[in-house]
Amino acid sequence: MPDQVKRLSVIFILVISALVIVRYLLIPPTFGKLGHYRARALEDAKALPVKYAGREACLECHDDVGDALGKSYHRGLSCEVCHGPGAKHVKSEGDVELVVPGKRKDCLRCHQFLSSRPTGFPQVDPLQHNPVKPCITCHDPHEPGPPRAPADCSGCHTTIAKIKGVSRHVSLKCETCHTTKAQHKLDPRKFRASIPAEREFCGKCHAKKAKGSSDIPQVDIRLHGGRYLCWECHNPHNPQGE
Amino acid sequence: MKKEKNTIKRREFLRKLAEGASAAGLLWLLPEGIAYGVFVSEHAGENAEHYYGMGIYVDRCIGCGKCVNACKNENNVPREPFFFRTWVERYVIFEDGEVKVDSPAGGAEGFPPLDSEKTNKPVIKSFFVPKLCNHCDNPPCVQVCPVGATFKSPEGVVLVDADYCIGCRYCIQACPYGARYLNPQTKTADKCTFCYHRLARGFLPACVEICPTRARVFADLKKRSNPLQRLMRLAEVHTLKPDLNTEPKVYYANLDGEVR
Ligand code: HEC
Ligand code: HEC
Ligand code: HEC
Ligand code: HEC
Ligand code: HEC
Ligand code: HEC
Ligand code: HEC
Ligand code: HEC
Repeated sequence: MPDQVKRLSVIFILVISALVIVRYLLIPPTFGKLGHYRARALEDAKALPVKYAGREACLECHDDVGDALGKSYHRGLSCEVCHGPGAKHVKSEGDVELVVPGKRKDCLRCHQFLSSRPTGFPQVDPLQHNPVKPCITCHDPHEPGPPRAPADCSGCHTTIAKIKGVSRHVSLKCETCHTTKAQHKLDPRKFRASIPAEREFCGKCHAKKAKGSSDIPQVDIRLHGGRYLCWECHNPHNPQGE
Repeated sequence: MKKEKNTIKRREFLRKLAEGASAAGLLWLLPEGIAYGVFVSEHAGENAEHYYGMGIYVDRCIGCGKCVNACKNENNVPREPFFFRTWVERYVIFEDGEVKVDSPAGGAEGFPPLDSEKTNKPVIKSFFVPKLCNHCDNPPCVQVCPVGATFKSPEGVVLVDADYCIGCRYCIQACPYGARYLNPQTKTADKCTFCYHRLARGFLPACVEICPTRARVFADLKKRSNPLQRLMRLAEVHTLKPDLNTEPKVYYANLDGEVR
């Protein structure tokens, strides 16, 4: 064998074994088993710790809270949306304390009025709705809803009652214009109050020749205001205008 | 004269030989799978037990941002307000056709009232859109990874192998949805995993678990009855940027055309 071939083959063997070693070092085991990746990475990803234990886990020890919550408006909420990740709390059987969110801002996170929120979602204006007091002085976070049926319409329809209180219609009771079942105060959405439907309703007091006090200003309801409903021009709760 | 010619030839021959050998060696250095794995779309779902997807009812989202928070807690996403695996955007569509999108801190702390509630510019509508990795069936991020550190799992979940990622950011650039970021702690690419570790234990992803209005639903597409059924039946379903052919597996119901 010529010398140069010998030398060349030595070099070749060296290079090839170097490549073998480099390849061995560079390509992790399990690479390519399932696809163009390290199959072991799936196991690594699965092994990460869980922080949110889920509502079922909480119910094992707090079934009283779970029962209450399950029947309330908050039934769709996970415990941990308010109390934070609870896996450690569960594991330590209560030793690791959880957040107990009692501030107004904790509730307002979901209930502050934002025009971008879907219509129908219960929202409050924090400046109008019982300012300063923490929400949980009136609402049970696990059983939210109206705390008790307020005796008066103004307990809930505060703004309307306030406006009407300083208007020309101050002497009229809400029930004069709205018929309400008693249950409206307990479940307002299911038992709706009525709203006057046509202009003749206002005519009972305001039409020419209507019976009643002569102080009541009268108009010819056939002509006055054209075919519009009266409350398209007059706010019924504040008839003399803003 | 003759001799010189010969030397040149031999040198050239040796050089060519070395070149050829190293090229072959380099090719062989590449892990197997490259030939079929990267460029041919894998249909990993075909023999997997599960195949996951998510549905989002846009009209249920109240923008509380609790999902963003839960995601950060569950997955150790840095608290800084520019790293997210999931985030919530607020769309505001004005009467004059202008569309504004904001997402302060990704929505992690909720949203303040609209500015326009002060300026009185008339708004036609406004709504929230939760976003996250779409776990594309045809993921562009996976195609660009030079080392095979990001991939589609047999369940259709696009994952990052943090031990193997070299932090080159190609995938971050390649993602048309901005769903990836470079984790400053690990210096590797990071993204939504559908909470792969939770799925493995039979839990829902943290954002789905926490959503108070069931705006997010999670489904195993292999199951005939899954929560996406109703979404597909009742609403017009959209995916984001469908024209890119990425085939997202996050499905939006009642999504406004302005959202991209
Ligand atoms: C293994 C039983 C167990 C489970 C499971 C459990 N808890 Fe508790 N929890 C306790 C005990 C015991 C206490 C009372 C601790 C005390 O009074 O100091 C407690 C107290 C609490 C408190 C009061 C605040 C505090 O930390 O002092 C909250 C809130 C709470 N748990 C929420 C949860 C939530 C949410 C879950 C589900 C993720 C959960 N718990 C699951 C045992 C449990
Ligand atoms: C809407 C947010 C919210 C949700 C959802 C919620 N909690 Fe609470 N929880 C609170 C608040 C606020 C308090 C503090 C009440 C107080 O101080 O009067 C509290 C207090 C508690 C306490 C300690 C005081 C008590 O009432 O015994 C426990 C235990 C508790 N929660 C468990 C749970 C469990 C279990 C769930 C899920 C089934 C749950 N919570 C869901 C907000 C919430
Ligand atoms: C994570 C979001 C979230 C948080 C935080 C939250 N709520 Fe709620 N709340 C809801 C949802 C969702 C409903 C159900 C809405 C529906 O029925 O459409 C609800 C319903 C209610 C209702 C019933 C409204 C009605 O229709 O009469 C009240 C009252 C209420 N919450 C009070 C509170 C109070 C007080 C707190 C703070 C302790 C609080 N919520 C915290 C999400 C939240
Ligand atoms: C002084 C007691 C009181 C406090 C404090 C209070 N509320 Fe209320 N809240 C009520 C009463 C009474 C109602 C029922 C009638 C209404 O106004 O619609 C109510 C109703 C609600 C409703 C249902 C509104 C709807 O449109 O159906 C929500 C949501 C609510 N409150 C959230 C809150 C939040 C959030 C806080 C704290 C920021 C809070 N409340 C503080 C007494 C209170
Ligand atoms: C417990 C709180 C509460 C009390 C007390 C209450 N309401 Fe209401 N009322 C509501 C709520 C909440 C709604 C809104 C329902 C909706 O829009 O879905 C409402 C709606 C109404 C409406 C509009 C109905 C409609 O279809 O839009 C009228 C009118 C009304 N109430 C009148 C009254 C009158 C009159 C009283 C006193 C007799 C009264 N309410 C007492 C909570 C209350
Ligand atoms: C003079 C008759 C009249 C009186 C008195 C009256 N309302 Fe009304 N109310 C109306 C009419 C008419 C409408 C319909 C307005 C509309 O559709 O624009 C209405 C609408 C409402 C609504 C639903 C729409 C809204 O503005 O939120 C509520 C709630 C309501 N009234 C509550 C009350 C309460 C509470 C009182 C007593 C404090 C009261 N009303 C007194 C005539 C009256
Ligand atoms: C039960 C009788 C009664 C009904 C029904 C009634 N009103 Fe009146 N209205 C009054 C009284 C009383 C006054 C106040 C007269 C006064 O100034 O002393 C008044 C005053 C007014 C005024 C005059 C305000 C001003 O500028 O002086 C307007 C406008 C008015 N009502 C509109 C309406 C409308 C609209 C309706 C129908 C939704 C209506 N009213 C239903 C009794 C009624
Ligand atoms: C197209 C708008 C419009 C409609 C609809 C309308 N009004 Fe008027 N109303 C007016 C205007 C304008 C006045 C003049 C006083 C003013 O400037 O407020 C007035 C005045 C009144 C007055 C006070 C008259 C006075 O002498 O002070 C009463 C009472 C009244 N309207 C009742 C009604 C009733 C009842 C209806 C429904 C049948 C009705 N209005 C419908 C626009 C309207």
